[in-house]
Amino acid sequence: MAQHQVNFTQDGGLPVALTTVDKVVNWGRSNSLWALTYGLACCGIEMMASGASRYDFDRFGTIFRASPRQSEVMIVAGTLTKKHAEFIRRLYDQMTEPKWVISMGSCANTGGMFNTYATVQGCDRVIPVDLYLPGCAPRPETLQYAVMMLQKKIRREKAIKAQKPKRLM
Amino acid sequence: MRRYAPKDNVQAKPYYTDRFWVAPQVPRSAVGDDEVFAADLAAIKAKFEVAEAYIQVEQMVVYIKPEDNYGVLELLRDELGYTQLSEVSAIDWLADKGQFEVFYQMLSMTKRKRLRVKMFIGETEAVNSVEKLFRSADWSEREMYDMFGIKLNNHPYPKRILMPDDWEGWPLRKTYPLQGDEFAAWYEVDKIFGKEARDIIGPELRDPAEVNRYDTKRFARLGHEVPYGADLSEGETKTDLDYQEEGGVFLIEKLHEEKSVVIDDRDR
Repeated sequence: MAQHQVNFTQDGGLPVALTTVDKVVNWGRSNSLWALTYGLACCGIEMMASGASRYDFDRFGTIFRASPRQSEVMIVAGTLTKKHAEFIRRLYDQMTEPKWVISMGSCANTGGMFNTYATVQGCDRVIPVDLYLPGCAPRPETLQYAVMMLQKKIRREKAIKAQKPKRLM
Repeated sequence: MRRYAPKDNVQAKPYYTDRFWVAPQVPRSAVGDDEVFAADLAAIKAKFEVAEAYIQVEQMVVYIKPEDNYGVLELLRDELGYTQLSEVSAIDWLADKGQFEVFYQMLSMTKRKRLRVKMFIGETEAVNSVEKLFRSADWSEREMYDMFGIKLNNHPYPKRILMPDDWEGWPLRKTYPLQGDEFAAWYEVDKIFGKEARDIIGPELRDPAEVNRYDTKRFARLGHEVPYGADLSEGETKTDLDYQEEGGVFLIEKLHEEKSVVIDDRDR
Protein backbone atom coordinates (compact mmCIF):
# COMPACT_ATOMS: atom_id res chain seq x y z
CA MET A 1 0.00 0.00 0.00
CA ALA A 2 1.43 3.28 -1.06
CA GLN A 3 2.22 5.69 1.68
CA HIS A 4 1.54 8.74 -0.48
CA GLN A 5 -1.69 8.75 -2.31
CA VAL A 6 -1.21 10.51 -5.67
CA ASN A 7 -4.27 11.64 -7.54
CA PHE A 8 -3.07 11.14 -11.09
CA THR A 9 -6.15 12.66 -12.63
CA GLN A 10 -5.71 15.97 -10.90
CA ASP A 11 -3.98 18.88 -12.59
CA GLY A 12 -0.29 18.60 -11.99
CA GLY A 13 -0.61 15.18 -10.54
CA LEU A 14 0.14 13.30 -13.70
CA PRO A 15 3.86 12.51 -14.03
CA VAL A 16 3.42 12.60 -17.82
CA ALA A 17 3.45 15.60 -20.15
CA LEU A 18 1.53 15.35 -23.37
CA THR A 19 2.74 17.28 -26.38
CA THR A 20 3.38 16.93 -30.09
CA VAL A 21 6.59 15.78 -31.73
CA ASP A 22 6.82 19.13 -33.52
CA LYS A 23 6.88 20.98 -30.26
CA VAL A 24 9.49 18.72 -28.68
CA VAL A 25 11.83 18.90 -31.66
CA ASN A 26 11.38 22.64 -32.07
CA TRP A 27 11.86 23.11 -28.35
CA GLY A 28 15.19 21.36 -28.65
CA ARG A 29 16.24 23.17 -31.79
CA SER A 30 15.26 26.62 -30.66
CA ASN A 31 16.93 26.28 -27.29
CA SER A 32 20.27 25.08 -28.54
CA LEU A 33 21.03 27.52 -31.33
CA TRP A 34 24.75 27.24 -31.75
CA ALA A 35 26.03 30.24 -33.62
CA LEU A 36 28.91 30.41 -36.03
CA THR A 37 31.35 33.11 -34.95
CA TYR A 38 31.15 35.52 -37.81
CA GLY A 39 32.42 38.89 -36.68
CA LEU A 40 33.38 40.83 -39.80
CA ALA A 41 33.59 44.35 -38.38
CA CYS A 42 32.50 46.44 -35.40
CA CYS A 43 29.17 44.54 -35.11
CA GLY A 44 31.37 41.61 -34.14
CA ILE A 45 32.33 43.47 -30.97
CA GLU A 46 28.66 43.73 -29.99
CA MET A 47 28.21 40.07 -30.86
CA MET A 48 31.13 39.17 -28.59
CA ALA A 49 29.63 41.30 -25.83
CA SER A 50 26.36 39.42 -26.25
CA GLY A 51 28.19 36.16 -25.81
CA ALA A 52 30.15 37.30 -22.76
CA SER A 53 29.02 37.13 -19.17
CA ARG A 54 27.23 40.49 -18.89
CA TYR A 55 24.60 39.71 -21.54
CA ASP A 56 25.16 35.96 -21.39
CA PHE A 57 23.98 34.20 -24.52
CA ASP A 58 24.50 30.83 -22.87
CA ARG A 59 21.20 31.09 -21.04
CA PHE A 60 19.45 31.02 -24.43
CA GLY A 61 21.46 27.96 -25.38
CA THR A 62 23.33 30.05 -27.91
CA ILE A 63 26.95 29.00 -27.80
CA PHE A 64 29.44 30.29 -30.34
CA ARG A 65 31.23 27.63 -32.32
CA ALA A 66 34.26 28.14 -34.51
CA SER A 67 33.16 25.50 -37.01
CA PRO A 68 30.31 25.64 -39.53
CA ARG A 69 29.78 21.89 -39.09
CA GLN A 70 28.67 22.36 -35.51
CA SER A 71 26.54 25.47 -35.85
CA GLU A 72 22.92 26.11 -36.76
CA VAL A 73 22.77 29.87 -37.04
CA MET A 74 25.14 32.21 -38.82
CA ILE A 75 25.18 35.73 -37.40
CA VAL A 76 26.65 37.89 -40.15
CA ALA A 77 28.03 40.68 -37.97
CA GLY A 78 29.62 43.40 -40.03
CA THR A 79 30.59 44.61 -43.48
CA LEU A 80 30.70 41.92 -46.12
CA THR A 81 33.30 42.80 -48.73
CA LYS A 82 33.24 41.47 -52.26
CA LYS A 83 36.49 39.66 -51.64
CA HIS A 84 34.92 37.80 -48.73
CA ALA A 85 31.60 36.97 -50.45
CA GLU A 86 32.73 33.58 -51.76
CA PHE A 87 33.95 32.52 -48.32
CA ILE A 88 30.66 33.37 -46.59
CA ARG A 89 28.88 31.30 -49.24
CA ARG A 90 31.25 28.39 -48.71
CA LEU A 91 30.82 28.50 -44.94
CA TYR A 92 27.06 28.69 -45.33
CA ASP A 93 27.12 25.63 -47.58
CA GLN A 94 29.21 23.77 -45.01
CA MET A 95 26.63 24.28 -42.26
CA THR A 96 24.29 21.34 -41.76
CA GLU A 97 20.53 21.62 -42.26
CA PRO A 98 18.46 23.01 -40.64
CA LYS A 99 20.26 26.34 -40.66
CA TRP A 100 19.36 29.95 -40.20
CA VAL A 101 21.01 33.31 -40.89
CA ILE A 102 20.75 36.53 -38.93
CA SER A 103 21.96 39.58 -40.82
CA MET A 104 23.25 41.87 -38.09
CA GLY A 105 23.60 45.61 -38.64
CA SER A 106 23.20 48.01 -41.53
CA CYS A 107 26.25 46.82 -43.43
CA ALA A 108 25.13 43.21 -43.58
CA ASN A 109 21.56 44.27 -44.41
CA THR A 110 22.16 46.71 -47.25
CA GLY A 111 25.83 47.59 -47.39
CA GLY A 112 25.05 50.44 -45.00
CA MET A 113 27.21 53.50 -45.30
CA PHE A 114 29.71 51.66 -47.50
CA ASN A 115 28.17 52.61 -50.81
CA THR A 116 31.42 51.71 -52.54
CA TYR A 117 32.86 49.37 -55.14
CA ALA A 118 34.25 46.86 -52.64
CA THR A 119 31.22 46.15 -50.43
CA VAL A 120 28.45 43.64 -51.07
CA GLN A 121 25.21 45.62 -50.92
CA GLY A 122 23.44 43.31 -48.49
CA CYS A 123 24.53 39.78 -47.63
CA ASP A 124 21.19 38.49 -48.96
CA ARG A 125 22.72 38.79 -52.42
CA VAL A 126 24.83 35.79 -51.52
CA ILE A 127 23.03 33.77 -48.82
CA PRO A 128 19.33 33.53 -47.83
CA VAL A 129 18.64 35.58 -44.71
CA ASP A 130 16.00 34.75 -42.09
CA LEU A 131 16.18 37.82 -39.93
CA TYR A 132 17.38 41.35 -40.56
CA LEU A 133 18.60 43.22 -37.54
CA PRO A 134 18.79 47.02 -37.93
CA GLY A 135 21.28 49.23 -36.15
CA CYS A 136 24.78 50.57 -36.50
CA ALA A 137 25.91 48.74 -34.50
CA PRO A 138 22.95 47.00 -32.81
CA ARG A 139 23.31 46.79 -29.05
CA PRO A 140 23.64 43.36 -27.43
CA GLU A 141 20.02 43.59 -26.26
CA THR A 142 18.98 43.93 -29.89
CA LEU A 143 20.90 40.85 -30.87
CA GLN A 144 19.37 38.97 -27.97
CA TYR A 145 15.94 40.06 -29.16
CA ALA A 146 16.82 38.89 -32.66
CA VAL A 147 17.76 35.46 -31.34
CA MET A 148 14.49 35.34 -29.41
CA MET A 149 12.58 36.24 -32.57
CA LEU A 150 14.44 33.50 -34.42
CA GLN A 151 13.50 31.06 -31.67
CA LYS A 152 9.87 32.10 -32.14
CA LYS A 153 10.18 31.49 -35.85
CA ILE A 154 11.71 28.05 -35.32
CA ARG A 155 8.95 27.09 -32.89
CA ARG A 156 6.36 27.88 -35.57
CA GLU A 157 7.99 25.56 -38.08
CA LYS A 158 7.02 21.95 -38.77
CA ALA A 159 9.74 19.69 -37.47
CA ILE A 160 8.94 16.39 -39.11
CA LYS A 161 8.09 17.35 -42.65
CA ALA A 162 10.92 17.11 -45.13
CA GLN A 163 13.19 20.10 -44.66
CA LYS A 164 13.29 21.99 -47.89
CA PRO A 165 16.88 23.04 -48.34
CA LYS A 166 17.24 26.78 -48.40
CA ARG A 167 18.43 28.18 -51.65
CA LEU A 168 18.80 31.74 -52.67
CA MET A 169 17.89 30.80 -56.24
CA MET B 1 43.47 78.82 -67.98
CA ARG B 2 40.19 78.04 -66.31
CA ARG B 3 37.50 76.14 -68.11
CA TYR B 4 34.91 78.52 -69.52
CA ALA B 5 31.44 78.13 -68.04
CA PRO B 6 28.52 80.40 -68.94
CA LYS B 7 27.68 82.80 -66.12
CA ASP B 8 24.42 84.22 -67.52
CA ASN B 9 22.24 81.99 -65.36
CA VAL B 10 24.03 82.57 -62.08
CA GLN B 11 20.93 83.75 -60.20
CA ALA B 12 18.97 80.57 -60.91
CA LYS B 13 21.62 78.37 -59.37
CA PRO B 14 21.83 77.78 -55.64
CA TYR B 15 25.43 78.94 -55.64
CA TYR B 16 27.97 80.24 -58.09
CA THR B 17 31.70 79.83 -58.35
CA ASP B 18 34.07 82.77 -58.29
CA ARG B 19 35.90 82.68 -61.60
CA PHE B 20 38.92 84.37 -60.03
CA TRP B 21 39.13 81.93 -57.15
CA VAL B 22 42.54 80.33 -56.72
CA ALA B 23 42.96 77.22 -54.62
CA PRO B 24 45.01 78.03 -51.50
CA GLN B 25 48.53 76.59 -51.55
CA VAL B 26 50.62 75.51 -48.61
CA PRO B 27 53.47 78.08 -48.46
CA ARG B 28 56.87 76.90 -49.63
CA SER B 29 60.30 78.15 -48.70
CA ALA B 30 63.75 77.70 -50.19
CA VAL B 31 65.92 74.80 -49.09
CA GLY B 32 68.64 77.24 -48.05
CA ASP B 33 66.52 78.30 -45.06
CA ASP B 34 67.40 75.07 -43.26
CA GLU B 35 71.08 74.17 -43.08
CA VAL B 36 70.48 70.44 -42.40
CA PHE B 37 68.26 70.13 -45.46
CA ALA B 38 70.67 72.24 -47.51
CA ALA B 39 73.51 69.83 -46.73
CA ASP B 40 71.28 66.83 -47.56
CA LEU B 41 70.24 68.36 -50.86
CA ALA B 42 73.86 69.10 -51.77
CA ALA B 43 74.76 65.47 -51.09
CA ILE B 44 71.92 64.25 -53.34
CA LYS B 45 72.76 66.77 -56.07
CA ALA B 46 76.38 65.61 -56.10
CA LYS B 47 75.33 62.19 -57.40
CA PHE B 48 71.87 62.53 -58.90
CA GLU B 49 69.85 64.93 -60.95
CA VAL B 50 67.31 66.95 -58.91
CA ALA B 51 64.50 68.63 -60.83
CA GLU B 52 63.07 70.70 -57.98
CA ALA B 53 63.46 71.01 -54.22
CA TYR B 54 61.71 73.11 -51.59
CA ILE B 55 60.63 73.05 -47.95
CA GLN B 56 56.94 72.72 -47.12
CA VAL B 57 55.60 72.39 -43.55
CA GLU B 58 59.15 71.85 -42.25
CA GLN B 59 59.69 68.92 -44.61
CA MET B 60 61.96 68.93 -47.62
CA VAL B 61 60.47 67.78 -50.92
CA VAL B 62 62.91 66.60 -53.58
CA TYR B 63 61.90 65.75 -57.15
CA ILE B 64 64.18 63.18 -58.77
CA LYS B 65 64.25 61.17 -61.97
CA PRO B 66 62.32 57.87 -61.68
CA GLU B 67 65.28 55.67 -62.65
CA ASP B 68 67.34 57.12 -59.75
CA ASN B 69 64.91 56.19 -56.98
CA TYR B 70 66.82 53.15 -55.68
CA GLY B 71 70.11 55.05 -55.65
CA VAL B 72 68.69 58.14 -53.96
CA LEU B 73 67.01 56.12 -51.22
CA GLU B 74 70.17 54.08 -50.68
CA LEU B 75 72.14 57.30 -50.32
CA LEU B 76 69.58 58.72 -47.91
CA ARG B 77 69.58 55.58 -45.78
CA ASP B 78 73.31 54.79 -45.67
CA GLU B 79 74.95 58.20 -45.71
CA LEU B 80 72.40 60.81 -44.69
CA GLY B 81 70.71 58.99 -41.79
CA TYR B 82 67.17 58.70 -43.16
CA THR B 83 66.75 55.19 -41.82
CA GLN B 84 62.98 54.86 -41.95
CA LEU B 85 60.59 54.75 -44.87
CA SER B 86 57.17 55.56 -43.45
CA GLU B 87 55.03 55.56 -46.58
CA VAL B 88 55.10 54.89 -50.29
CA SER B 89 52.20 55.66 -52.56
CA ALA B 90 51.21 57.56 -55.66
CA ILE B 91 49.00 60.45 -56.78
CA ASP B 92 46.93 60.23 -59.93
CA TRP B 93 47.66 63.17 -62.25
CA LEU B 94 46.67 61.25 -65.40
CA ALA B 95 43.99 63.75 -66.41
CA ASP B 96 46.33 66.73 -65.98
CA LYS B 97 49.72 65.46 -67.07
CA GLY B 98 49.24 61.84 -68.09
CA GLN B 99 51.54 60.86 -65.23
CA PHE B 100 51.59 59.40 -61.74
CA GLU B 101 53.46 61.15 -58.95
CA VAL B 102 55.15 58.52 -56.76
CA PHE B 103 56.37 59.64 -53.35
CA TYR B 104 58.59 58.16 -50.64
CA GLN B 105 58.19 59.61 -47.15
CA MET B 106 61.45 59.34 -45.19
CA LEU B 107 62.26 59.90 -41.52
CA SER B 108 65.60 60.50 -39.85
CA MET B 109 65.57 59.75 -36.12
CA THR B 110 69.05 61.22 -35.55
CA LYS B 111 68.42 64.49 -37.39
CA ARG B 112 64.74 64.66 -36.36
CA LYS B 113 63.82 65.54 -39.93
CA ARG B 114 61.30 64.30 -42.46
CA LEU B 115 62.02 64.28 -46.16
CA ARG B 116 59.83 63.43 -49.14
CA VAL B 117 61.27 62.08 -52.37
CA LYS B 118 58.99 62.50 -55.36
CA MET B 119 59.08 61.52 -59.00
CA PHE B 120 56.80 61.48 -62.03
CA ILE B 121 56.25 58.33 -64.08
CA GLY B 122 54.14 57.61 -67.14
CA GLU B 123 50.97 55.55 -67.02
CA THR B 124 52.57 52.35 -68.31
CA GLU B 125 56.04 52.83 -66.83
CA ALA B 126 57.37 50.50 -64.14
CA VAL B 127 59.02 51.62 -60.90
CA ASN B 128 62.14 50.12 -59.34
CA SER B 129 61.20 48.44 -56.08
CA VAL B 130 63.03 49.65 -52.96
CA GLU B 131 62.03 46.57 -50.97
CA LYS B 132 65.70 45.52 -50.73
CA LEU B 133 66.44 48.77 -48.87
CA PHE B 134 63.35 49.06 -46.68
CA ARG B 135 61.15 46.10 -45.72
CA SER B 136 58.26 48.51 -45.18
CA ALA B 137 58.19 49.16 -48.91
CA ASP B 138 57.02 45.59 -49.55
CA TRP B 139 53.37 46.06 -48.67
CA SER B 140 53.27 49.76 -49.57
CA GLU B 141 54.43 49.03 -53.10
CA ARG B 142 51.99 46.16 -53.41
CA GLU B 143 49.22 48.51 -52.35
CA MET B 144 50.43 51.04 -54.91
CA TYR B 145 50.22 48.33 -57.57
CA ASP B 146 46.80 47.23 -56.31
CA MET B 147 45.26 50.68 -56.25
CA PHE B 148 46.92 52.40 -59.24
CA GLY B 149 48.23 49.59 -61.42
CA ILE B 150 51.82 50.86 -61.23
CA LYS B 151 54.10 47.95 -62.11
CA LEU B 152 57.19 47.17 -60.07
CA ASN B 153 60.64 45.98 -61.08
CA ASN B 154 62.45 43.50 -58.81
CA HIS B 155 59.64 43.17 -56.29
CA PRO B 156 59.69 39.75 -54.55
CA TYR B 157 55.91 39.27 -54.57
CA PRO B 158 54.22 41.68 -56.99
CA LYS B 159 50.62 40.76 -56.26
CA ARG B 160 47.46 42.62 -55.25
CA ILE B 161 47.30 43.17 -51.50
CA LEU B 162 43.73 44.31 -50.72
CA MET B 163 41.53 43.51 -53.68
CA PRO B 164 40.95 39.92 -54.86
CA ASP B 165 43.52 38.51 -57.27
CA ASP B 166 41.01 38.25 -60.10
CA TRP B 167 39.82 41.85 -59.71
CA GLU B 168 39.74 44.06 -62.77
CA GLY B 169 40.48 47.76 -62.57
CA TRP B 170 42.54 50.07 -60.38
CA PRO B 171 40.27 51.52 -57.68
CA LEU B 172 42.23 54.59 -56.59
CA ARG B 173 42.57 56.07 -60.06
CA LYS B 174 40.45 59.16 -60.54
CA THR B 175 38.67 57.56 -63.48
CA TYR B 176 37.45 54.60 -61.40
CA PRO B 177 33.79 55.09 -60.35
CA LEU B 178 33.25 55.18 -56.58
CA GLN B 179 30.40 52.68 -56.73
CA GLY B 180 32.32 50.39 -59.03
CA ASP B 181 32.17 49.57 -62.71
CA GLU B 182 30.23 46.75 -64.37
CA PHE B 183 32.76 44.14 -63.23
CA ALA B 184 32.67 45.32 -59.60
CA ALA B 185 28.87 45.51 -59.48
CA TRP B 186 28.44 41.86 -60.44
CA TYR B 187 31.65 40.47 -58.95
CA GLU B 188 30.17 38.32 -56.17
CA VAL B 189 27.23 37.12 -58.28
CA ASP B 190 29.45 36.16 -61.21
CA LYS B 191 31.94 34.40 -59.00
CA ILE B 192 29.52 32.40 -56.83
CA PHE B 193 26.51 31.73 -59.02
CA GLY B 194 27.74 32.50 -62.52
CA LYS B 195 26.77 35.16 -65.01
CA GLU B 196 23.42 33.52 -65.77
CA ALA B 197 22.24 34.32 -62.22
CA ARG B 198 22.38 38.07 -62.82
CA ASP B 199 18.75 38.23 -63.94
CA ILE B 200 17.53 36.28 -60.91
CA ILE B 201 19.42 38.20 -58.24
CA GLY B 202 19.08 41.58 -59.87
CA PRO B 203 21.18 44.72 -59.73
CA GLU B 204 22.45 46.26 -56.51
CA LEU B 205 20.23 48.79 -54.79
CA ARG B 206 22.61 51.71 -54.48
CA ASP B 207 20.20 54.37 -53.25
CA PRO B 208 19.88 54.13 -49.47
CA ALA B 209 17.07 56.72 -49.37
CA GLU B 210 14.82 55.06 -51.89
CA VAL B 211 11.19 54.82 -50.82
CA ASN B 212 8.89 52.47 -52.70
CA ARG B 213 5.80 51.16 -50.94
CA TYR B 214 5.38 48.28 -53.38
CA ASP B 215 8.88 46.94 -52.81
CA THR B 216 8.49 44.29 -50.11
CA LYS B 217 11.79 42.55 -50.80
CA ARG B 218 14.19 45.28 -49.83
CA PHE B 219 14.34 48.06 -47.29
CA ALA B 220 12.66 50.61 -49.50
CA ARG B 221 9.21 50.25 -47.96
CA LEU B 222 7.49 52.49 -45.43
CA GLY B 223 4.34 51.29 -43.74
CA HIS B 224 3.00 48.18 -42.07
CA GLU B 225 5.15 45.12 -41.85
CA VAL B 226 4.15 42.68 -44.56
CA PRO B 227 5.45 39.24 -45.53
CA TYR B 228 8.59 39.12 -47.62
CA GLY B 229 7.79 39.44 -51.29
CA ALA B 230 4.08 40.11 -50.77
CA ASP B 231 2.26 41.61 -53.77
CA LEU B 232 0.77 44.94 -52.73
CA SER B 233 -0.39 46.20 -56.10
CA GLU B 234 -3.97 45.13 -55.28
CA GLY B 235 -3.96 46.97 -51.96
CA GLU B 236 -2.62 46.38 -48.48
CA THR B 237 -3.68 43.51 -46.28
CA LYS B 238 -5.31 44.17 -42.93
CA THR B 239 -3.01 44.18 -39.94
CA ASP B 240 -3.65 44.02 -36.24
CA LEU B 241 -1.94 47.36 -35.70
CA ASP B 242 -4.05 50.30 -34.61
CA TYR B 243 -3.07 53.89 -35.01
CA GLN B 244 -4.14 56.74 -32.81
CA GLU B 245 -4.76 59.07 -35.71
CA GLU B 246 -7.15 56.58 -37.31
CA GLY B 247 -10.16 58.22 -35.71
CA GLY B 248 -8.89 61.74 -36.32
CA VAL B 249 -6.64 63.62 -33.95
CA PHE B 250 -6.02 67.37 -33.81
CA LEU B 251 -3.04 68.42 -35.97
CA ILE B 252 -2.10 64.85 -36.83
CA GLU B 253 -2.90 63.67 -40.29
CA LYS B 254 -2.79 60.05 -41.25
CA LEU B 255 -0.63 59.11 -44.21
CA HIS B 256 -2.80 58.23 -47.18
CA GLU B 257 -0.98 55.61 -49.13
CA GLU B 258 -2.87 56.38 -52.32
CA LYS B 259 -1.48 59.89 -52.22
CA SER B 260 2.10 58.78 -51.66
CA VAL B 261 4.45 59.05 -54.63
CA VAL B 262 7.13 56.63 -55.75
CA ILE B 263 10.11 58.71 -56.82
CA ASP B 264 11.58 57.21 -59.97
CA ASP B 265 14.32 59.73 -60.65
CA ARG B 266 16.28 60.28 -57.49
CA ASP B 267 18.67 62.71 -59.14
CA ARG B 268 16.01 65.23 -60.14
